[in-house]
Amino acid sequence: MDVAKRNLLCTDKFSKGELVMRFGKRSLRVAGMLLGAAMLSSVFTGCGDDQAKDSKEIRVGANFEMSGNVANYGNATFEGLQLAIDEVNEAGGINGKTIKLIKADSKSEASESANAATKLISDDKVKVLVGPATTGSVLAEVQIATDNKVPIIAPCATSPKVTVDNGKVQPYVFRSCFIDPLQGDVMATFATKTLKAKTAVIYIDSSSDYSKSLGQVFKEKFEAAGGKVLMEEAFLQKDQDFKATLTKIKTANADVIFIPAYYEEVGKIVKQARELGITVPLLGTDGWDDTKVVDIAGAAPLNNTFFSSHYSDQDKDVQGFIEAFKKKYNHAPNVFAALGYDAGKMLIDAIKRAGSDDPEKICKALAETKDLQVGTGKITMDKDHNPIKSAVILEMKDGVKVLKEKITPQA
Amino acid sequence: MDFASQFVQQLINGISLGSIYALIALGYTMIYGIIKLINFAHGDIYMVGAYIGFFAITMIHVSIVPALLISMVVTGLLGMLVERLAYKPLRQAPRISVLITAIGVSFFLEYTSMYFVSPTPRTFPAVFDNVSLHFGSFMVNGQQLLIFGITFILMVVLTYIVQKTKIGKAMRAVSFDVETAQLMGIDADRVISITFGIGSALAAAAGVLVGVYYNSIDPLMGIMPGLKAFVAAVLGGIGILPGAMAGGLILGVIEALVSGFISSTFRDAAAFAILILVLLFKPSGLLGKNTREKV
Repeated sequence: MDVAKRNLLCTDKFSKGELVMRFGKRSLRVAGMLLGAAMLSSVFTGCGDDQAKDSKEIRVGANFEMSGNVANYGNATFEGLQLAIDEVNEAGGINGKTIKLIKADSKSEASESANAATKLISDDKVKVLVGPATTGSVLAEVQIATDNKVPIIAPCATSPKVTVDNGKVQPYVFRSCFIDPLQGDVMATFATKTLKAKTAVIYIDSSSDYSKSLGQVFKEKFEAAGGKVLMEEAFLQKDQDFKATLTKIKTANADVIFIPAYYEEVGKIVKQARELGITVPLLGTDGWDDTKVVDIAGAAPLNNTFFSSHYSDQDKDVQGFIEAFKKKYNHAPNVFAALGYDAGKMLIDAIKRAGSDDPEKICKALAETKDLQVGTGKITMDKDHNPIKSAVILEMKDGVKVLKEKITPQA
Repeated sequence: MDFASQFVQQLINGISLGSIYALIALGYTMIYGIIKLINFAHGDIYMVGAYIGFFAITMIHVSIVPALLISMVVTGLLGMLVERLAYKPLRQAPRISVLITAIGVSFFLEYTSMYFVSPTPRTFPAVFDNVSLHFGSFMVNGQQLLIFGITFILMVVLTYIVQKTKIGKAMRAVSFDVETAQLMGIDADRVISITFGIGSALAAAAGVLVGVYYNSIDPLMGIMPGLKAFVAAVLGGIGILPGAMAGGLILGVIEALVSGFISSTFRDAAAFAILILVLLFKPSGLLGKNTREKV
C-alpha cells in the first residue's frame, strides 16, 4: 500500500542525476549470487522429494518483504498468514494433507520479488503464491506466476491495477483486501450521513496515485450525495510546510477536509492545520493507520479526525483472531497481520473446495469464494478478483484509535 | 478572514519558510563565493545538523538553545572535515570533478545516515510550550518567532564576522583572488576551511529549527530544501551574502503567496519559473553586479 511512496523516494534521487549504472551493477551481482545459490540448491535437492512428499503436503510460497524499506509490512503480514496455516495444520490439515509454507525474501524491491517468485515456482514447486505486501512487488511477479499458471493471493496490495490490467482481469491474481476506491466511497458516505457535512475541501498528495484516485472517488460520491466540494488543493511527497495552503483552505470554511495521504505528511498537515485554528473534522484513509501520525501531530490536534481502515482491534468479530495471535507471538497484531490472516483463511477455504492441490483448480475455487468468514469479517469475491469486504472507520480520541463505524458494502 | 489579513498571514508563513531557505542559502553562497563550488552536499549537511540537534535534545536532555549551539559546532567541524577530505585534494582539478565529488558526498551523507539512524522519520520532542499569539484574525506562534529571532541574530553575527573581523577580511580577499591573497600572506586553505565551517554551522541551525517547527526529520530531508536554497542563492546573486538572505526570504514569500492565492499545485513551478526569469534578465542575480569578463 505504500509503494507509490517508496517509488517516489527513488525518483527523488534520480532527479539529481543518480548513476543508473551503479544500481544496475549491484542488482546484477545479487542476481548472479541468487542464481548460483538456486543452482546449488537444485543440485542438492534436485530430485527425490517431489513424489514422496507431495502426497502429504501442499507447498505454498510465501514471498514477503522480510528485509528492506517496508520489512515491517512484510513480516507482520507473514505472521498473520503463518497463524492461519498453523491453525489448520494443527486441526489435522485439509483432507489429511498439511500445508507447508516456504518463505522467500523480496527485500522490499520489485526486481527481488520477481527473483523470489521464480525461485519458489521453479525450485520449490509451490502450488500457490501468497504476497508480497506492497503493490509494486506484487505486480513484479504477476507475469512469472501467470506464465507458470500459479495463482497469487495478494494480502494487502490495494491498488486496482493488481487484479485488473487495462480493463482485463488477471486470471491468476486475487487479493484478500478491499481496493483503494472503496475507501473514498466509504468516507464520502460517512461525511454526508454521519457528520451531515454539506461542503468539503479535498487536499491530496499529487505525487501519489493512491491519493489522487481516492480524491477523485470521494469527490464523485460526495457530490452525488448532494454535497459540494469547495476547493481542491494538492501537495507533494516530502513537503514540510503546508501552512500557506492550509491558510487558504481555512478561508473556504468547509464542513470537512478530506486528506487521503500517508502518515508522514498527514501528521504534519494535522499539526499545522490545528495551529492555524482549523477545527473542523479532518478525514483520511488507511495511509493514516500508523502510530507515527500521533508522534508527529500530537494527541490533541488529532481529536476530531476520522479515517477508514481494514480492521479495528475493538471490533468484537476479530477478538478470536487477536487472542490466538497474542498467544502465538506474545504481541498484539497490527492491520497487516490481520490481512495476512485473512489471506491464509481464503487460501485454506479455496484448497478445501478445490479438493486437490492442482493450481488450476485452486484458482477456480478462489474466484468462487463466497460468504467466507475470515478474521476481519465476511468476504465474497467479485468478478474482478477483488473481495467485497467490510471497512471500518476509526476516530482518534486523545491519541487512541476508537472504532466509530463498521461498513459492509452490498455485493 | 478578509483578504488583507489572509495576505498578512501568508506573509508570516512565507517569512518563516524563507528564513530557513536563507540560512541554507548563505552557506551555498559563501562556499561558492570563495572556491566557485556549488556544494550539492550542503542540503545533507543541514540534515546532519537536524539529527545532531535531535540527539542532543533526546540523549543529553539539553534545551533548545544549547542543542542549537552543539549542533552548529559539531556540524561546522563536519563541514570542515568534508572539505579537507573530499574537496581539498581536488583544488587544482577541473571544476566539474569537484562538482561531481560534491554529488558523491551528498549521497554518502544521505545513505550513511540512513544506515545509522534508519529511514523512518524521527519526531522532535516538544522543546517548549508552543504559544500562539493572535493579532486580530491572523496569528504567529512561538516556533515562528524562534525562527525569526535566531535567523536575525545569526545574520547579524555573520555580517559582523565578514565585515569587521580579520578572518572576514581574509575571506573577502580570498574570494576576490586566491593567488593574490596568498601572496599577501593569507593562508588560503585555512580561510576556505573556516568558510566551510561557518556555512555548515548555519545549515545546522536551519536543520534544528526545521526539526522544531515541523516536528519530523529523516535522512532524505535535505534534498528539496537544498535545491530550493540553491535557487534562493542564485536568485539573490550567488556569492553575495545579502543576496542569499534576500533570495531566501523572497522565495519563501513567493511560495506562500502562490499557494495561498493561486494554487498549491503551481507553487514549485512558480519558484523555478522566477529563477528562469531572473537568469534571463539579470543573470548575475537580483543583487549581483554585471561584470564583463576581460579578455
